[in-house]
Amino acid sequence: MAEIILKTENLGISFGGLKAVQDVNIEIQKKQLYGLVGPNGAGKTTVFNMLTGVYRPTTGQIYLAGENITGKSQEIINHKGIARTFQNIRLFNNMTVIRNVLVGLHNQPEFKCSMIESMFRLPRHFQCEKAMREKAKSILRVVGLEEERNILSCNLPYGKQRKLEIARALATNPKLLLLDEPAAGMNPHETEDLMNIITRIRDEYDMTILLIEHDMKFVSGLCDEVTVLNFGTVLAQGDTKTALNDPEVIKAYIGG
Amino acid sequence: MEIIETLINGLSSGGTYAMIALGYTMVYGIAKMLNFAHGDIIMVGGYMLYVTMITAGNPMLGLIAAVIFCVLLGITVEKIAYKPLRGASPLAVLITAIGVSYLLQSTAQMIFGTAPKMVIIADMGNFEVGALKIPYYTIVTLVCSFVIMIALTMFVKTTKIGRAMVAVSEDRGAAQLMGINVNGIIMITFAIGSALAAFAGFFMLMKAPSLSNTLGAMPGIKAFTAAVIGGIGSIPGAMCGGILLGVVEAISFKIPVIAPYTDAIEFMILILILLVRPTGIMGKVRREKV
Amino acid sequence: MAKAVKRIKWKHYANYIVIAILTVVFSIMSLSGSLTSSTIYLLEKIIIAVMLTVSLSVVVGFLGELSLGHAGFMCVGAYLGGKTACLLQPTMGNSFPALLVSLVVGGAVAALCGVIIGLPALRLKGDYLAIVTLAFGEIVRSIFMNSSSESFGGSLGLTTPRYDKNTLFIIALVLVLGCLAVIQNLIQSKHGRAITSIRDNEIAARATGINVTQYKLSVFTIAAFFAGIAGVLYSFSNYTIQSTKFNYNYSIEILVMVVLGGMGSINGSIIAATLITILDIKLQTILTGNLAVLQDLLYALVLIILVIYNNAPALKGFRERHTLKNYLYKFSKGKHDPSHRADDEAKWDRVPTKIEMNEVLSTEFQPTMSTLNPDQKGDFK
Repeated sequence: MAEIILKTENLGISFGGLKAVQDVNIEIQKKQLYGLVGPNGAGKTTVFNMLTGVYRPTTGQIYLAGENITGKSQEIINHKGIARTFQNIRLFNNMTVIRNVLVGLHNQPEFKCSMIESMFRLPRHFQCEKAMREKAKSILRVVGLEEERNILSCNLPYGKQRKLEIARALATNPKLLLLDEPAAGMNPHETEDLMNIITRIRDEYDMTILLIEHDMKFVSGLCDEVTVLNFGTVLAQGDTKTALNDPEVIKAYIGG
Repeated sequence: MEIIETLINGLSSGGTYAMIALGYTMVYGIAKMLNFAHGDIIMVGGYMLYVTMITAGNPMLGLIAAVIFCVLLGITVEKIAYKPLRGASPLAVLITAIGVSYLLQSTAQMIFGTAPKMVIIADMGNFEVGALKIPYYTIVTLVCSFVIMIALTMFVKTTKIGRAMVAVSEDRGAAQLMGINVNGIIMITFAIGSALAAFAGFFMLMKAPSLSNTLGAMPGIKAFTAAVIGGIGSIPGAMCGGILLGVVEAISFKIPVIAPYTDAIEFMILILILLVRPTGIMGKVRREKV
Repeated sequence: MAKAVKRIKWKHYANYIVIAILTVVFSIMSLSGSLTSSTIYLLEKIIIAVMLTVSLSVVVGFLGELSLGHAGFMCVGAYLGGKTACLLQPTMGNSFPALLVSLVVGGAVAALCGVIIGLPALRLKGDYLAIVTLAFGEIVRSIFMNSSSESFGGSLGLTTPRYDKNTLFIIALVLVLGCLAVIQNLIQSKHGRAITSIRDNEIAARATGINVTQYKLSVFTIAAFFAGIAGVLYSFSNYTIQSTKFNYNYSIEILVMVVLGGMGSINGSIIAATLITILDIKLQTILTGNLAVLQDLLYALVLIILVIYNNAPALKGFRERHTLKNYLYKFSKGKHDPSHRADDEAKWDRVPTKIEMNEVLSTEFQPTMSTLNPDQKGDFK
């Protein structure tokens, strides 16, 4: 039995009487690629927002590797080991590519260096900066952005900006990586490239990944298990093929 | 009796603050900018009043001249200084507004010098009922400001232009697509704000007849505070904030121990209210999408 | 095993070396008497302006929060530093330790005020924070203005002890160079990156695990500390300090220097502060009497024109073709590639990201439920 990284119990949230999401139970094992699918407005991003502490769930509990993280702040949840990307890309636009990743490395214990040490440029500052740069480069290599590391992130093409967001999330050394529509707006070639990167991240970092995606080919080609949401409730769950072929799911998508 | 007098005084100066605050709040709500030059429009109106009174000798004529001049000035400033920056960083617009404020102040100083001018509008005496003694100008200010505020609320609520204003404020792009002349609406907003500032200047000079080029600076900042207390963007909020500030000021002036600290107390109220309600009493919050 | 021995890399400490050299050069010039007192006066003014501008630049240009109360921190520093010196005068005289103690006191109390003002900063955003800082500045000024004549001199101002002009100048020089080094180092470190990331995208910064609360507070504290130090220096370079000096116009003047120097550019702030101060003093000697007002007029016009030129969306194409950098590159070699930027310099239209204009015009008398409990309202994306 593999280790369970993420477990939600009856997760739900309502906004002023409107139940946006209710009774979501997800269990994700280590090194699993898990998909969260559903039509527009089904509450997928809301689930992400609850998992990362943007919203506080009104009901239910979230456990990360056995630890209850319900209602913790975004920073704390990130320190505990959940990192995410955003549906509408949120990079640090005025920074170069490598700096974006360096911010991600900020809280890693091996790069500890107090503000005082930085202010007066004590030797540890330089050791830490150098080590961080090396680490950042190695992460950029995984997503294939090493060449572009000195370009401002806002000047990157769209597909590469998405990859950079993944790199930045990866840099925080998470136990669980949440990807919000990573393939949105990509052409088939880029999508295939991204699929390779995601599998590579899983294998190289022993990463557990939860992703939202609309591209069914992408989901069925990548995910081991999926949860299908519709109107904030779970429609189907389990093995990718079975869940996606569920007549209810097809109905929800095609509207038959 | 003294309590009632103080309260009426407070309401009246609060009405003046509210009128200035309305200018801030409307410009903020529609043009999405902090018009730091708004206070100086009051000062310009004051000088216009002064000039007309010297030449024509009639305060009512002076008020009309001041209102017209301020409206024209407001529109001109908007066209020259703010319109080119539409779509630029809010900070850039803020700095330009500060520049305009300096410009108005120094121009006034160049024309009229530094020595304060006396503008005695009319000595109307006091309204007396028993022991109650209230200067007439206080009552005039009080009544006028309330009439103006109610008229403005009705204007925004019921007229086509008013509804267009709300639409532009909600979503400029969508309003434009619906066929609303956004530039025209912003121009009207500045015109209304400036007209209100001219009125406020008139009332201020009625109370204290000394006119200098910094006449509008402190009331401007305080009215801005009032607008923020009420919740910037909210018309009733600006009124409440202005009146609250005016009453607090009047009460504070009456207590000798804290009288010198009146300004500090007013700003303290602002900080406390914002700590309890980060968007002011009637402000609305829009959540950022994640 | 000579290889294993760690060598000190001199280039990393280059700014300390430059500082040391500059200090020595100016000290020698000052002690040998080759600087006239008017030059020292000018240099002192520049030092104070640079210190204020650079410290505010960290808040506005790097953290992305608008502060309109920087003069308030300076005021606290000036009054408390000056008062400390007054109190120490009978026992310690006008000695160097007395100066040092007053600097520490002034800076520390200003920093404390920075923490106090930083606390609401965690709850408020953009314009609201700006107005709170403005209010803070006015409150501080009003308190010192109405203080009794025995405590802080009230409306007459506080008279501060005299120090030897040359010594004070050298101390000021050391302090400003130290301040520049510390701030530059901070910005170029991992902490600087964290601060800039908050400016660029606060939500993403939180999601990346940056402790936004801690950094906002630290930045406010550091900026207030240096403003306080600048205040103490100001109180010693003038015979009396008056609270009217520290009104919001002064805060805005500092902000203007930051803005003209360029967002997120320490060097830009230094240049802007220096140039504006020099221009200010030079114009004061040229334009006297009735012409003095011309200076303000000119200042205002230049400010408006510069900001419009730099920011008007309509002039964007023109600006990009005619940047100073392009010309410099033409003269030297090759092409200037605008996509490469080493510094954390930011574009105007993106900074500060947190000054958001979200409030809308409303005529409703009732605050809606959603405003009473913002957590209950949300959207689905």
